[in-house]
Amino acid sequence: MAIVNPTMQDAGPVVASRSFLSRLRDGDEIARLITFLFAASVVLITVLLVFELWTNSALARQKFGLHFFVTRVWDPVTDEYGALPFIFGTVMTSAIALLIAVPLGIGASIFLAELAPARVSDTLQFFIDLLAAVPSVIYGLLGVFIIVPLMRTVIYPALNKPFGYLPMFKGPSYGVGFLTAGIVLAIMVIPYIISVSREVLLSVPRDQREAALALGSTRWESTWKVVVPFAKTGIMGSIFLALARALGETMAVTMVIGNTPKISASIFSPGDTIASVIANQFTEATGDLYLQSLVGLGLVLFLLTFILNGMARLLIVVTTQKGSGKGNQ
Amino acid sequence: MKRTALLLTAVLALAAIVWAENPLLINGAGATFPYPIYSKWFDVYHQKNGNIQFNYQSVGSGAGIKQVTEGTVDFGATDGPMNDDQLKAFQDKRGSAILHFPTVLGAVVPTYNVPGVTGALNFTPEALAGVFLGKITKWNDPAIAGVNKGVNLPAEDIVVVHRSDGSGTTYVWTDYLSKVSEEWNSKVKKSTSVNWPVGLGGKGNEGVTGLIKQTPDSIGYVELIYAVQNNVPYGSVKNSSGNFIKADLASVSAAAAGTTKDMPEDFRVSITNAPGKTSYPISSFTWLLIPTKFQDAGKRDAIKGFLKWMLTDGQGYAEPLSYAKLPKEVVERELKAIGKVQ
Repeated sequence: MAIVNPTMQDAGPVVASRSFLSRLRDGDEIARLITFLFAASVVLITVLLVFELWTNSALARQKFGLHFFVTRVWDPVTDEYGALPFIFGTVMTSAIALLIAVPLGIGASIFLAELAPARVSDTLQFFIDLLAAVPSVIYGLLGVFIIVPLMRTVIYPALNKPFGYLPMFKGPSYGVGFLTAGIVLAIMVIPYIISVSREVLLSVPRDQREAALALGSTRWESTWKVVVPFAKTGIMGSIFLALARALGETMAVTMVIGNTPKISASIFSPGDTIASVIANQFTEATGDLYLQSLVGLGLVLFLLTFILNGMARLLIVVTTQKGSGKGNQ
Repeated sequence: MKRTALLLTAVLALAAIVWAENPLLINGAGATFPYPIYSKWFDVYHQKNGNIQFNYQSVGSGAGIKQVTEGTVDFGATDGPMNDDQLKAFQDKRGSAILHFPTVLGAVVPTYNVPGVTGALNFTPEALAGVFLGKITKWNDPAIAGVNKGVNLPAEDIVVVHRSDGSGTTYVWTDYLSKVSEEWNSKVKKSTSVNWPVGLGGKGNEGVTGLIKQTPDSIGYVELIYAVQNNVPYGSVKNSSGNFIKADLASVSAAAAGTTKDMPEDFRVSITNAPGKTSYPISSFTWLLIPTKFQDAGKRDAIKGFLKWMLTDGQGYAEPLSYAKLPKEVVERELKAIGKVQ
C-alpha cells in the first residue's frame, strides 16, 4: 500500500464507477483472471487425473467390480487381480510411519519454535530443509544398508523375545518388511512435520504466550496448553502432508518392504504397497487386463488418500468444535 | 566477448554438422537385458553408416511389444517371445506380421548366501523347483545335500528371493521351472512376473543381489552377465544329460546349438532345459521384433542392412560384453529370414 501512486490515490473516490476497460488497464481484472486460472488448474488436474484413472481401468472394474478391494490374489499368469494385500500394506506402513514421526516431529518443532535460542533454531531448520530435499532413493539406500541389518540383529530380537506371543511381533524377520518400511517412511516425513509445525508455532501471536505467563503458568504450560492448541490446525496440516507423502512413496518403500503381496498381522513380515507394485510391474505388464488392474490400483490409492484425508479433516472439525464449546462456557 | 563468439561459432558448426548429415532416424524400444550390446551395435553401425541412426529405449520387453504393436516405434525387442495372442493383436492392428530375430544369448543363474559355504553349489532341477515352491525349506535337505557331498550345509531355513519387477529374467527362470516341474507348471506357470508361492522380492538384479547379500541362508536368481560383472557367486545346474554345468558363454551357446534342429520357422523357441552334454539349462535367446512391412523404404533397407551386419560382423562384439554368440546354424537361418521383411 505504501507504494501507491499519488495520482491513483486521488482517483480513489471514483473507483466504484470505473469502467471495465479502465479496471482492465489497471490490471485488477487481469490479475484476477490469471490467478483464478491458476487456482482452477488444481481442480482441473485432479479431475483429469481421476478421469484418466477411471477410463484406463475400465476392464478391471468391469471384470472384478468391488471384489477388487477384497481379493487377496495377484496373479499375472491367470489374470486374477486383487488389491487387498496392497491396500493393507499401504495403510500399515503409513500408520507405522505416522506413529513414529508424529510425536518425534511435533516434539522437535516445539523445541525449535518455543524453547531453543533463535540461532540454534535457524541452523537446525536449515538442516531439516536439507533433509526434506533428499531424494527418496537415498533414504531407500539408508534403509537397505543400515535399518535392514539393524532390524535383523537388534530391533527384531528386542521385540520378538519379550512380546513374541503377540501376533504383531510373531514370526521370523528377514530384515525387510512393514516395520522397516515404516521406519524409513518416518525418517522421510519427519522433516515435513517439523518444518511446517515450526512455522505455525512461530506464527502464534506473542500476546497468547504473555497472557498465559501473566496468569501464572510456567513456560511449558504456556507452550503445551496455549500455544500448541492455538496452532493445532496448522500442525494437523503438517501431518496430512506427511501422510500424503507416506501413502504415495514408491522407491524407498520398494527397496525395504520385501515386495510380497501377503497379509500378515506381524510387523516383521514382508509386504507390498500400492505405489510399490505399480512401479515394479508397470513396464512389463503386457496384457490389457494386467495393465488396467495396475491403473485400477492407482485409482484405489487415490480413493485411499481421499478417504484418509477426509477422515483426518473430520477429526479436526470435531475436536476444534469441542474446544471452542468449552471456551464459551 | 571473445568467448561468446567462440561458443557461438562452435554451436553453429555443430548445428551445421547435424544439419548436413540429417540422418535417417530409426526408433526402437524394448528389453533392458540386451541394452549394453544393442547400444554398442547401434553406435558402431552409426559410425560405419553415418546416415543411419538408431535410437533405442530400454523400457522393458512388455513395453517394447506394446509400442511396436501401437506403431510408435519402428522395431521392438523382447526377452520372452511374443505369444499367439500378441501376434494376432499385431496382425489385427497393423495388417502385417512381425518377425522374431534372435540377436544374442543370455542365461539366468542361481545365486545364494549360505554362511560357511564358499565353493559353487550344485543344484538339481528338482531342488530348485522344490525350494521355489516352498516344499524344500532347509539347506541340509537331502535334495540339496545329496548332490553337494563334502559341503557342510546348515540346518537353517531357506530364504527365497525373487524379482519384484516384471522381467525377462523371471520369464526365463519360470520357463525353466515349468519345464522341469509338473507342479510348478500347474501351480505357478511362466511369465515376466508370477504369483510366487514363497519368498521376498527385490527390484532389479541389483535388488535381488542386495537382499541375498544381506540375508543369511538365502537363494535367488540373477542374469549371468550381472553375476559375472559384479562377482556374484553362483551355482551349477544339472542339465538334461545329467551333467552339472556352470553357466559361461560356451555352455550357453551350446544350449542354443542343441536346439537348432527343432527350431521353428519363426525362431520363437525356448531353449531352457536344452539337450546337449555341455548345455547350460537356464539359457535364452533375446529377440528383435521386426515388422514384415515398412511404409518407408529407406527405413526398411536400413533395418535389413543392420540385421545382416548384426548377424555377421556384429556378433564379434557380443563376447567382450559377456553375451553368448548365436550358433552358426541359427545365423544362417536368420540371414535367410531377412528376406521376409518387405
